[in-house]
Parts: sequence; structure tokens; C-alpha cells
Amino acid sequence: MASSHIALHKMPGKPGTAGWLYVLPLVLVLLPFFVAPILVVLAASFFGTDGFGGLTPDFTLSNYTEVLSSTLTLSLYLSTIKFTVLTWFFTLLIGFFVAYFLVFHVRNPLLAIGLFLVCTVPFWTSNIIRMISWIPLLGKEGLINEALRATGIIHQPLEVLLFSDLAVVIAYVHQLTIFMIVPIFNAMARIDKKLVEAAVDAGASRLDVMRLIIVPMSKSGIALGTIFVVSIVMGDFFVVKVMSGGGSASVVSAFYEDVGVLQYPMAAASAVLLTLVLLGLISLILRTVDIRREITR
Amino acid sequence: MSVDVSASETIDAAARHAIAPSRGKRPWTFYLLAALFTLYVLALYGPMICIYILSFQDVRGGLVFPMKGHSLHWFVDLFTQVRTGDVKGSFDRSIKLAVIVTIITVVVSFLAGLGFRRRFRGDAVVFYMMIGSLVAPGLVLGLGIGLLFQWLGIDASWYTSALGAQLSWTLPFGVLVMFAVMSRFDDAWEEAARDLGASRWQTIWLVVVPVLAPGLVAVALFGFTLSYDEFARSLQTAGSLNTLPLEIWSMTLNVTSPSLYALGTVTTIISFLIIGASLGTIVFIQKRRGARVASH
Repeated sequence: MASSHIALHKMPGKPGTAGWLYVLPLVLVLLPFFVAPILVVLAASFFGTDGFGGLTPDFTLSNYTEVLSSTLTLSLYLSTIKFTVLTWFFTLLIGFFVAYFLVFHVRNPLLAIGLFLVCTVPFWTSNIIRMISWIPLLGKEGLINEALRATGIIHQPLEVLLFSDLAVVIAYVHQLTIFMIVPIFNAMARIDKKLVEAAVDAGASRLDVMRLIIVPMSKSGIALGTIFVVSIVMGDFFVVKVMSGGGSASVVSAFYEDVGVLQYPMAAASAVLLTLVLLGLISLILRTVDIRREITR
Repeated sequence: MSVDVSASETIDAAARHAIAPSRGKRPWTFYLLAALFTLYVLALYGPMICIYILSFQDVRGGLVFPMKGHSLHWFVDLFTQVRTGDVKGSFDRSIKLAVIVTIITVVVSFLAGLGFRRRFRGDAVVFYMMIGSLVAPGLVLGLGIGLLFQWLGIDASWYTSALGAQLSWTLPFGVLVMFAVMSRFDDAWEEAARDLGASRWQTIWLVVVPVLAPGLVAVALFGFTLSYDEFARSLQTAGSLNTLPLEIWSMTLNVTSPSLYALGTVTTIISFLIIGASLGTIVFIQKRRGARVASH
């Protein structure tokens, strides 16, 4: 990341002190409320427990051996990864083409901004409210089942719509597509249209323009959106809990159950494992795209 | 975020056709993508509009259509019934907390934005600490903060531990927004101010802050809504008194009446008032600036 600085060096000299003074407040918040808690969880993952929520400070690896040897862990990760991949795929597909439509197909710039705002407004409503808003549609007596029944396509209500994996993915896509649209829109809006014209003049097909110009130049937005979506889905538990009706679980929902029965060391061990998996994923993304340079360019 | 769709006059009709410029026949992809966009917006708003409508039922109302009568019964129920919990108290706490989070987020993100303009030793460490704070699973971080407070013997409460937990999430967002805002800031303005004899603080107060004001309003808006809606990080850190999202969460587990929908309608109205006020502020700032430029 040697090249990851922002503007030009307008004021050379004194690198260090001035910059640190400006970011000091940020660091003073992140140290006690991010670094220290993560270290506490790490420490707790090596502790024993008296079974009543108390921690006994003896160094043990048993929490890890228990988490890693459990077949439940594997199935939890598979289920979480399934939800993450499906949500990522659909949010990226919809987000990319919605952003592309707004930037390259809507001719009136004011209309494009207006439509963009239309996409962002629901973001300001509570996530939980947006999630439960699917109940009147997907429920057994919901609008979709009633409509299908009225048209005679089905005779029994479809049970698979609500309290199922399908409902979980629908809720995630509903909540998180905005996290793809905003960064991709931002990246695409900065593509010089003359570049596209030049490519077309030089004989590039529409597919070539998409493949060789639009996608590569939007990749910072795609990467940022992916980081948001992946970390939110992998760190979530309440969508899975409510929308699956308790039928599915995720890594964090199992963690939540552990915390509920005061099994802190076990919970901490699985939390450390999840954090490592997430860190691995995010650093893979950051290795392909230098986000800091791309955002500030 | 300018969207420049003016096409060059010189390109031929075929080229114009392919990239959707300002004139000529629309390509087929336009209609396909327009249909996709319409479907997306319908799916985005449809369900939410359903619950807004259903919250205005009368006392016989249920969680699904058809709608049974019209009344404000469930809104009254929301604020008077004990079984729906302490909606008013949690709402007050959430608003207060969101205001505190907003102020801290704006100030700290602004300073960090200034700091990150130039390289300094260890800037990457701070940057990755920030990204780590952004992607850390909320519930895990919440548990860590809860345990930390427990070990230090400090009681968890919404204005200490929950405040810190929320800042660990709003600050990275705020700083990322500041990055985008700062990239459009021309350092020459600052230099000009210094050349004219302004002190460091005068430069910041009279030049940098006014120029970046719309961006700072955006950071404030982010901070407020992220805090007002924050759930996972607050769950283990809010102490004995709930914030609004925690209250909504416990309602989804206990309450099976349109009260839940009424709460959705109320929170949405509040959100819209806040967006309206913020957009109004931006328009006001820009108008005043326009007037000042015109008077010179």
C-alpha cells in the first residue's frame, strides 16, 4: 500500500506529527471501542467457564478444539456462505445494472439524480421494519399467495415463501442492494463518456465497452459494495432468525445463542474464527483493488 | 456526483445508438434496464407501503390484507399499551444518542479527513484499523465491549458503551464519505487563505468548513441514521434501557398486532422529517453561498 496516499504533496515536510494530530480523535475512539474489545474477545476465547457466565482465567484451547471439531460449525459456515453468496450475487446483479441504467441510459442528469435518490430513500427506514414488511406479501394468506390462488395457478398456499431460506435471501437483497448501488453509481458517474465514444468510434461492440471499460472502471465501487454486503450478511443474525422462522441458522445466530446461555468462551472462540474468516475475505478483496486510492482519486 | 450525459456532436448515428446519447432511438437495452429498474423500485417500496396502509386498520386488524376498517387505533395502542413496551422512552433515548453520535461523527470524521490528505507514518495502520472496525461483526464487537466494561467494573449504558459501540461503526462510514468529499477539495483555496495572512484556525473555520459544508451535512445524515437504526452493536452494550431498534426487535418477538406496523409508519415519518431538514439545510447553504457570490 505504498502508493495509497491521497492528494498531491502540496505541503512537503513534517510527515507524521500533523497527520497524527488530525486522526488522533479517530484513534482515541477506535482503540477502546474496536481494538480493546476484539482483544478481550480473543482473551476470553482462551478462558474456561464456571457455567454461570463467570470466566475462569486459565489458558485453554478446549474452546477452539470444541468449535473446530463440531460438525455443527461446518454446517453453520456452509449455511452462512450460501446466504452470503446468494445475496452478493443478486445485490451485485441488480445494483450494477441499476447504476448502469442511471448513469448511461437516463439522458436527463437531473432525472438520474432524482431516480438515484428514489433508490436511497428506503435506506433511512429501520432495517427491522423493512424486513417484517415482507410478511403481508409472503405470508400464507399474503398478497402473493392470494394473487396466485385467485388466478388459479395454485390451489394450496405456497409455504415456501415465508419462514424459509427464500425469504431470508429476499430480505437480505431488499436491505442491501443499496450498498451496491451507491458505490457503483459513484464509480460509474466518474467514467468520462468520451472514453466510451472513442471506443465505439474505434469499432468496439457494446459487449467490448462493457467488458473492457465499464466493468474495470467500476471495480472500486464493486469492491466497496462487496465488502459492505459480505461483512453485513456474515455478521448478521436477526434476518436469518426472523425470516427463516427459526428454521435456519448462521454463524452469528449460533454465537447469539451461546451468549444467551452465558457460554462466553465458546462464543468468543467462534467469534474469533468468524473474524479471521472475514478478515481473510476482505483482505482478498483489498488485494485486488486499492480502495483508498480509488475512492480519493 | 455529476452525471454528464451530453454526447459529442461528431459521433455518427450508429455510435450514438450504442451508448444512449441525448438524441436518436433508444437501444433495446434501455427498455430492458428500465423494466429492471421499475421492478426493483416496486420491490423496494411495495412491501413497506403495505405495512403503512395496514397500520391504519381498526381494532379488528391483522397482519395481512384484506384491510379491516380505518382508524388510528394501533398508533394509540403503540404509545399507551404496556405490553408493547416502552416505545416513548426508547424513542427519546435513540434520538438523544443519535444526536450525540452525529456531532462526534462529524467532528472526528472531518479532522480525520483533513489528516488523511497527506501521508504520514503509520497512516495505513489507522486506515486498516478503520476498515476492521467497519467490517467487524456487530454482535461480536458488542460482546467484546460488554465484557470489557464488565471487567473494568463500569455499568453498560446507552450513553457510554452503546455510544462507543455505535461510533466504531459510524466513524468509518463518516471518514469514507469525507475521503470522497476531500478528493474534490482544491488545496489552492487553503494556500490562498494562508498567503493572505489567515491563521491555521481561521483557514479551517472561514475556508475549509464552509467549502465542505454540504459534505459535512452528508456525514451528519449518515451518522444520524446509522445510529438511529443501529441494532447489533447496541444489543449487548445498551445496558438495562433499550434504544428504539432494540425495542422494535423485542416487539417482533412478542407483539403480533398491527402496532408493529404503526411503529414502522411512525419511524418512517421521523426519518423523512430528518432527511427533509437536512436537504433543506444543504439548499439553504448553497443559496446563501450563491447570493454571496452574486453580491460580489
